[in-house]
Amino acid sequence: MTAAELQALWLSLQVASAATLATLPIALALALALARGRWPGKPLLEALVNLPLVLPPVVIGYALLLAFGRQGPLGRWLHEVFGITFVFTFRGAVLAAAVMALPLMVRALRQALEAVDRGLEDAARTLGASRLDAFFSVTLPLAAPGLLSGAVLGYAASLGEFGATITFVSNVPGQTQTLPLAIYSALQSADGEAAALRLVACSVALAFAALALAHWGSRRLARLMGTGGVSS
Amino acid sequence: MTLTVDVQVPRGAATVTARLDVPPRGITALIGRSGAGKSTVLQAACGLLRPAAGRVALDGRALFDAAAGIDLAPAARRLGVVFQDGRLFPHRSVRGNLQYGAQRAPAGKDDGPGFDEVVALLGLGTLLARRPFQLSGGERQRVALGRALLSRPRALLMDEPLASLDPPRRHELLGYLAGLPARLNLPILYVTHQMDEVMRLADRVVLMADGAVAASGGALELLSDLTLGPLVGRFEAGGVLAGVVAEQLEAWQLSVVTVAGQRITVPQIGAPVGSAVRLRIRARDVALQREVLASSASNQLAGTVLRVLEREPPYAAVEIGLTPAAAPGERLWALVTQRSVQSLAITPGHTMVASFKAVAVEGRAAAVHAETTDPA
Repeated sequence: MTAAELQALWLSLQVASAATLATLPIALALALALARGRWPGKPLLEALVNLPLVLPPVVIGYALLLAFGRQGPLGRWLHEVFGITFVFTFRGAVLAAAVMALPLMVRALRQALEAVDRGLEDAARTLGASRLDAFFSVTLPLAAPGLLSGAVLGYAASLGEFGATITFVSNVPGQTQTLPLAIYSALQSADGEAAALRLVACSVALAFAALALAHWGSRRLARLMGTGGVSS
Repeated sequence: MTLTVDVQVPRGAATVTARLDVPPRGITALIGRSGAGKSTVLQAACGLLRPAAGRVALDGRALFDAAAGIDLAPAARRLGVVFQDGRLFPHRSVRGNLQYGAQRAPAGKDDGPGFDEVVALLGLGTLLARRPFQLSGGERQRVALGRALLSRPRALLMDEPLASLDPPRRHELLGYLAGLPARLNLPILYVTHQMDEVMRLADRVVLMADGAVAASGGALELLSDLTLGPLVGRFEAGGVLAGVVAEQLEAWQLSVVTVAGQRITVPQIGAPVGSAVRLRIRARDVALQREVLASSASNQLAGTVLRVLEREPPYAAVEIGLTPAAAPGERLWALVTQRSVQSLAITPGHTMVASFKAVAVEGRAAAVHAETTDPA
């Protein structure tokens, strides 16, 4: 592999990790809001969260550009107040990947939370725990295997993100050129087929590694939580 | 310390209304058929359901008061709850489950039982390292009970804690539960629809039917109240006698129980001489005669007719008091024909002999019950 290819691989891992870590708490909060209770606005939030899943990625990328571009309202404000720029930067690539991964993660996390018996939280509350305490000491640990699966799903989705990224932050080597974008570039050049194949193999290996890790991790966590293995 | 529950709780289209007191000594059983609203009342008391109106108070201090806008969180109410399905935390060991409430109980005046004491009381010593999925149903409920006790509750609420257990486990756990009032000075509310549990455990009974309290009072009085039969269901009408095991006839596999100074022979009761027991005698098993006869009905108790109730013809129910005072636990019902009432001239004040076979009192009809009497 060439230095440029390794750079794309390394950048992909960084973007996916950053996007997953940044999205996890937000996705958890959204999953909790959607899993619990009835409030006005809930269907609207649900639709909003799922938008990236149903819209073409290019549309999301363009929407991000309109909002966070140099001339966009959010982009200009962030640039003027904090000096933060998204366009053509690593940060922008992370934002694009995070937005695209969000619906998948919220969905997985919501399922994980809903699978935990609410009666256990009720029991915890009669034993002196506040709602927050009960959530963190009972529901969250029991949902941990599902949370890990959700995180890995988000990670895998971030690794594969293409359309929104290239539309929003373009294809800048070392800043925004992740594996899929590098493959695209290689295919555009006259003699890039070998490079493209190497990068594709790399992607496949990464995907398998992530899935294997998720499988092993979930099972281990489930055993630790007493929810997997022998049940009676 | 008395737990007072006076609530109206919406449940679907209907409303469950209940007004009951749970005094600090002994067990108060909340009984009634499935769907009568028993669990709803318990959940409203501990704060898991919000009543539309009413008040829940412990020793006069409001835990919930709709009028005053008071609604303490379950954690602040500090009422220990044992659920039907145990609800142990699967990610914690037995020890971790037991400590969950203890770790969250406010520090300071420690008047509750300690960890070692609860572990010994419920026989949990060998289970501490196990996970809930490695426990039998009975063990799980013992841990759930221990966990509730260790949260240093100010009252104990149990929601059909034996309902999911098989008969041997139920029997085992009943023993543990029966011993609780002697060790705990707490209001105990016990929800059940199993009459043998009521016989064994209850000092007081609150009967619910169709979302409202239908009757309440002392267990012996209520269990012997013939008019409540249809509300209690499945349990045939009869009277409950309170007695003491006087003698064990090992050779015959029989026990002799004294009730109001008279001796009754019954199939052997597995309890030592001196144990307090309750015997339930179905009205249809009791015959009346003028004097003591030689008969295979080995139990012949002299008493006075208290009242005669005309039932659906041809039946009549006759209540017999075994002593002049005819206190609860000293009364018996006999189901006879209206013709017999006339031919034997059975009228209140008459002396009669009630007889029944020893085999009429077996299995579920006899219960060892440790009477808890108020020291006051």
